[in-house]
Amino acid sequence: MKRLLKGGRVVDPANGIDGVRDVLVDGDRIARVGVGLPADGATVVEIPSGLIVCPGFIDMHVHLREPGQEHKETIATGTASAVAGGFTAVACMPNTNPVNDDANVTTYILDKARDANLARVYPIGAVSRSSQGELLADIGDLHKAGCVAITDDGHPVKTAMLLRRALEYAGMFGMVVIEHCEEPSLMGDGVAHEGFHAASLGLRGIPGACEALGVERGVLLSELTGNAFHVAHMSARASMRAVRKGKEAGVRVTCEVAPHHFTLTDEALATPVAYDTNTKMNPPLREAADRDAMLAGIADGTVDVIATDHAPHHYDEKKVEFDRAPFGIVGLETAVSLALDRLVHAGRVRLPRLVELMSVNPARILKVTGGTLSEGAPADITILAPDLNVRVEAAKLRSRSKNTPFDGWDLRGGVAATFVGGRPLFLNPEAGISTIP
Amino acid sequence: MPESTSAVVMDADRIARTLTRIAHEIVERNKGVEDLALVGVRTRGVHIARRLARTLREITQHDIPTGALDITLYRDDLMRHTVGPQPVVRRTEIPFSIDDRKILLVDDVLYTGRTTRAALDALIDFGRPKAIQLIVLVDRGHRELPIKADYVGKNLPTSPEESVQVRLQETDGQDEVVLQQEAAV
Amino acid sequence: MSTPVHNVDRPPAVTSLRSKDLLGIADLLPEEITLVLDTADAMKEIGLRPIKKVPALRGKTVVNLFFEPSTRTRTSFEIAEKRLSADTLNIAIATSSVVKGETLADTAMNLEAMNPDIIVLRHSSSGACHLLSRICRSGIINAGDGMHEHPTQALLDAYTIRERKKQLRGLKVAIIGDLLHSRVLRSNIHLLTKMGADVWVCGPPTLMPADTRRFGVTPTNSVEQAVASADVIMLLRIQLERMEGAYFPSLREYFDVFGMTEARLTLAKPDVMIMHPGPMNRGVEIASEVADGPYSVILDQVANGVAVRMAVLYLLAGGAEHEEAA
Repeated sequence: MKRLLKGGRVVDPANGIDGVRDVLVDGDRIARVGVGLPADGATVVEIPSGLIVCPGFIDMHVHLREPGQEHKETIATGTASAVAGGFTAVACMPNTNPVNDDANVTTYILDKARDANLARVYPIGAVSRSSQGELLADIGDLHKAGCVAITDDGHPVKTAMLLRRALEYAGMFGMVVIEHCEEPSLMGDGVAHEGFHAASLGLRGIPGACEALGVERGVLLSELTGNAFHVAHMSARASMRAVRKGKEAGVRVTCEVAPHHFTLTDEALATPVAYDTNTKMNPPLREAADRDAMLAGIADGTVDVIATDHAPHHYDEKKVEFDRAPFGIVGLETAVSLALDRLVHAGRVRLPRLVELMSVNPARILKVTGGTLSEGAPADITILAPDLNVRVEAAKLRSRSKNTPFDGWDLRGGVAATFVGGRPLFLNPEAGISTIP
Repeated sequence: MPESTSAVVMDADRIARTLTRIAHEIVERNKGVEDLALVGVRTRGVHIARRLARTLREITQHDIPTGALDITLYRDDLMRHTVGPQPVVRRTEIPFSIDDRKILLVDDVLYTGRTTRAALDALIDFGRPKAIQLIVLVDRGHRELPIKADYVGKNLPTSPEESVQVRLQETDGQDEVVLQQEAAV
Repeated sequence: MSTPVHNVDRPPAVTSLRSKDLLGIADLLPEEITLVLDTADAMKEIGLRPIKKVPALRGKTVVNLFFEPSTRTRTSFEIAEKRLSADTLNIAIATSSVVKGETLADTAMNLEAMNPDIIVLRHSSSGACHLLSRICRSGIINAGDGMHEHPTQALLDAYTIRERKKQLRGLKVAIIGDLLHSRVLRSNIHLLTKMGADVWVCGPPTLMPADTRRFGVTPTNSVEQAVASADVIMLLRIQLERMEGAYFPSLREYFDVFGMTEARLTLAKPDVMIMHPGPMNRGVEIASEVADGPYSVILDQVANGVAVRMAVLYLLAGGAEHEEAA
């Protein structure tokens, strides 16, 4: 069937478009984008004014937890959460149980994703077997089975030598190596950013240098091998400096920042609720100078991607002493609102740049389809309601887990609709789109 | 417009004469001041006890040991109201043994008798006195416990709606006893 | 302004604590600290009586829930509770990071079902008392949580100082030792700075918490600077088993650089007080001559601990439902 999305402001930086256009969807593909397209037999969907039609957003850092930890999230609940958050595709991290270090696991994930039939799922494979940091995983098999990148996320790749080999070997398949940057000896038993608040609350600290050392290592090895290196969930200002220097030197380094790292600081450890385990993540919420460096990097182009590091945990696991709680928060359903509120409305980036950060660049780095509304591209479309007032309610999240520090927050900007392969999978009546004929 | 009315029932002079009279009664009733000790109930009972001690010294040339008793921790209503602040606790100072002494327990106003009950319990925790005698500046009646004062400055018939304020130089800047009528609203 | 040990006839600035819990000194107002210390003054006298018991907390149940071994603090709380006639229940739970037992939340909810009035909690995790207070209606008293706070220790330290020096304002207090891991340090910093003392903290840089100046104290690595003209010197315990080689080369070197010796003591005020929360490592943070010397008030601290804990128990027991009532 054909649908004509009529009258929205289309922001498609890949094609240099930012203006009122009609988008004709034919089946699961984009047929045409233009001004005043004739209906020509297509069902007309009027896009209320003020809404933004973008290529589908891609979250390249998500923990779907399946297989192995289905009490936290499943591929079905995770992808439901994704489309509700405006994401048409997610890349899922390999730290499942078993680890996605084997083509069978990759196939299992893709089968489950097909069954769920919601957001697209791009598995990311492990660098090393069981992510133990000893021996390389079957990277070629993983690639063939559908993995789009490799990482030992949750932990850094154990040795510099192993990371070097991973870069070299993955490069052969054109795959990027995504690194959780962290120097283990500086991490120690740390649970929070090393600074005043951790000191005051008696929490063991993790200095920014712990992450930056890992970034520096990766940048050097990327330079050495000539292969693509991607810094996951960057949080420290020294890391930003290292990436910036690497880029200036022509190194193939890219990086992502999570919404919580451009929104919150370590002050959230103490207030409004002290020791809230939903403020515990790794890397930790850092001090204001680091948060500001993330915002500056997003504004000046050093940052390539906004990714959520969506890390669901069951409430039982979080309802414990701070130092015993697992790291991580859910992020899929708050990312767009935080980005619009803190980046666009705060005047730090304009909408086309936001679309690059959340759609164009992740597609480019992972070499997956999407990131554009070009004719013939899959009809993966995110429609934003930039002026919608959104109240975050943890209990109403689609994710199986509710571990968010943003419960009760009022934010300006939200998702109006999400189309995957031409199918409207999420509609937000509050944004003016309640049914699609 | 309802107002509260108050009347001075004892002035400074009257209080001074009353305490002197009580001091003489103490000496008379106990045939001297051997084995006597004064214990005032905080806050105003302590100051009355000290005044009595001074007067007794003038009369008998003897120093009477004097202590201060805080009965807060013995109050029978202490943990009955779990909502709201705890009464402030102050230090008890009885720097002498009460064993085999006659203790003159001093309070400003005798009303329900509950404070005296608490004070008796507290005193017994310090030892085994030979006897305890009760001195009050004002007895306003309405006893709820079987307690009777041995020395009374003034018997003052009151209604439960009235309140009796004892003011002393040491705590309030002047000596007087005031009867306040709280008008019904 | 000089406000010496309190005048019993003057009404206190505040007559109750605002919270049902004592989670840390950080949450207290200076007036609340003064109220605890004044109340402790009254409680101390009870310990000198032939019958060391008052009926104040009759019928109240206090649970001492200790997830860390602690003879000193637990005993002190238990004596305080018994002197106030509370019914006490001691629960000691050995924890191990390997063997996972019941969660703290479940333990708390089970205890809560028995309706205790106050839970005294000692736990190795910072913030454990905050977790408990969010689950329980009972008042929670923090008896030491991880590296966070140990409020009753700081209160008894302040009581001991005030007993000798009449007031805290304007005193130079030097705190020396393992600052990084010390909950006693954090509580004392909050208390002493709130009460107007001039606080210096001293230790090797490896044991100095981040951003120390933001606590309102003066950090130094020079023990001589810290001790110079000090009115009070507080020594913090060095944990022998995990310090040597990791944070400084050797215990011998630590004593050499930071140990409190009679020679260093001569730099302080002539009437300096030496304090230690115990247990002491003689010859590491403190020379025996100093520990046993005339400036040491270490045993006074132990005695005052009971009075301060009685005060805290009394003040919290009456107001277990303050917040709901407000």
